[in-house]
Amino acid sequence: MRIFYAFLVLLSSTISAFAQPDDDLSKLLDESLGEQQQIDYTTATFKTTRLINGHSNEQVAFGVLDLRISHRFGAFNTGAYNFFGLDQATMRMALEYGLTPWLTIGGGRSTYEKTYDGFLKFRIARQSSGKRNMPVSLNYFTSMAVRTLKSTNPAITEFPTSNFFYTHQLLISRKFSESFSLLIAPTLVHRNLVKTASEDHDLFSIGFGGRLKLTRRISINAEYYYQLNRPEGVVDCLSIGFDIETGGHVFQLSFTNAPAMIERGFIHETTGRWDRGDIIGGFCISRNFTLFDPRD
Amino acid sequence: MKSLLFSAGMLMAVFGTTAQDVIQDRTARVKFFSTTPVENIDAVNNEATSFINTKTGDIVFAVLIKSFRFEKALMEEHFNENYMESSKYPKSDFKGKINNLNEVNFQKDGEYAVKVSGNLTMHGVTKPVTADGKITVKGGKVFATSKFKVKLDDYKIERPAVVANKIADTIEVTVEADYEPKK
Repeated sequence: MRIFYAFLVLLSSTISAFAQPDDDLSKLLDESLGEQQQIDYTTATFKTTRLINGHSNEQVAFGVLDLRISHRFGAFNTGAYNFFGLDQATMRMALEYGLTPWLTIGGGRSTYEKTYDGFLKFRIARQSSGKRNMPVSLNYFTSMAVRTLKSTNPAITEFPTSNFFYTHQLLISRKFSESFSLLIAPTLVHRNLVKTASEDHDLFSIGFGGRLKLTRRISINAEYYYQLNRPEGVVDCLSIGFDIETGGHVFQLSFTNAPAMIERGFIHETTGRWDRGDIIGGFCISRNFTLFDPRD
Repeated sequence: MKSLLFSAGMLMAVFGTTAQDVIQDRTARVKFFSTTPVENIDAVNNEATSFINTKTGDIVFAVLIKSFRFEKALMEEHFNENYMESSKYPKSDFKGKINNLNEVNFQKDGEYAVKVSGNLTMHGVTKPVTADGKITVKGGKVFATSKFKVKLDDYKIERPAVVANKIADTIEVTVEADYEPKK
């Protein structure tokens, strides 16, 4: 009897040692967090909605209005007389708004050929891990641009729609690590009016881009658009830029051979060449205004 | 025979500890508030998890950093990317004990002032903390709340000079939980 009693005491003390309430709660905590961690969406693949000239996969957040003021100076090789291009400046002013978490609408006006543009950008899929594994983010970008610069060629009869341009772009991106992300962007630009009958109305290109974070708040970006069919005399656009985050806004510094800041311009109308020093400095300031608290 | 019954009873008591004495809340709230003359920043996480063992006084809390919601999307991004580094340190937790458990009766309605001490882990750093809290028992339900201060430097959360006037060096954290028995 006594042995049995001793056995029971031993058993109960063993169990209580195993039970160790603190560890037990820790285990419960880990289990419940494990259940909670459903889909882990990748965020901040790039710092803003643009890589340099072209779009990135980032959408303007729901309820946020993004005021973007972009400048492009003249070419560096215009020399000291033009203060290495800084005497000359063109700009694009734009307002872009996150209508829903997956749809951004925006409109802008560029000095370049007095062009107005409007766009829609849809998020199709988000890179994620956890319960759902999605290796890349997919976004679809579409825009329409209207050139309002008066024609100087009397030989061409212009219709109201002659100066319309359309862009369709699929943005495929992946954040490989905290500091490294890549983007591939198959692009179609349609032009209603072309310079000569032999030029294509539909122009195809593929954009390649990447970013590398130098510090937590500064990244270096590169972007190259390869044209599959190109108008006469046009070269591919290559850009290198820096994103500098300063709290309320992101400052983007860029060096590119394109004076235009919308797709039809920088992809298919760039004539400046890096090897000849046709390098255009520029910057963009993006300021976010939260129109309403998304938690309400 | 008497001793056999006694030990059997003891055995059951030990078994019973883990089963019925644990209460839980899987939608507990953790809020924080930073105030400076320039800017007030608040964030809320409604997906925190908490357990209390009413017999031992053990209390735990955990949150996923990515589940904190801010007024401004950029703040939320910077919070995750620059300050908390949430992909490196995805969660934060508190594991502690109610020091004055003998003054709390989970079976009897009332408000009980409690002192809780334990270890708070966030941004990969674990530090001992002590906080005052209140446990309210009403109609068999247990509600707990506590407010305490966290110094960012203690957890190696860096504030660059540019934002030093916008983010306080000490953040006020509020936790609230409605417990129910763990099934």
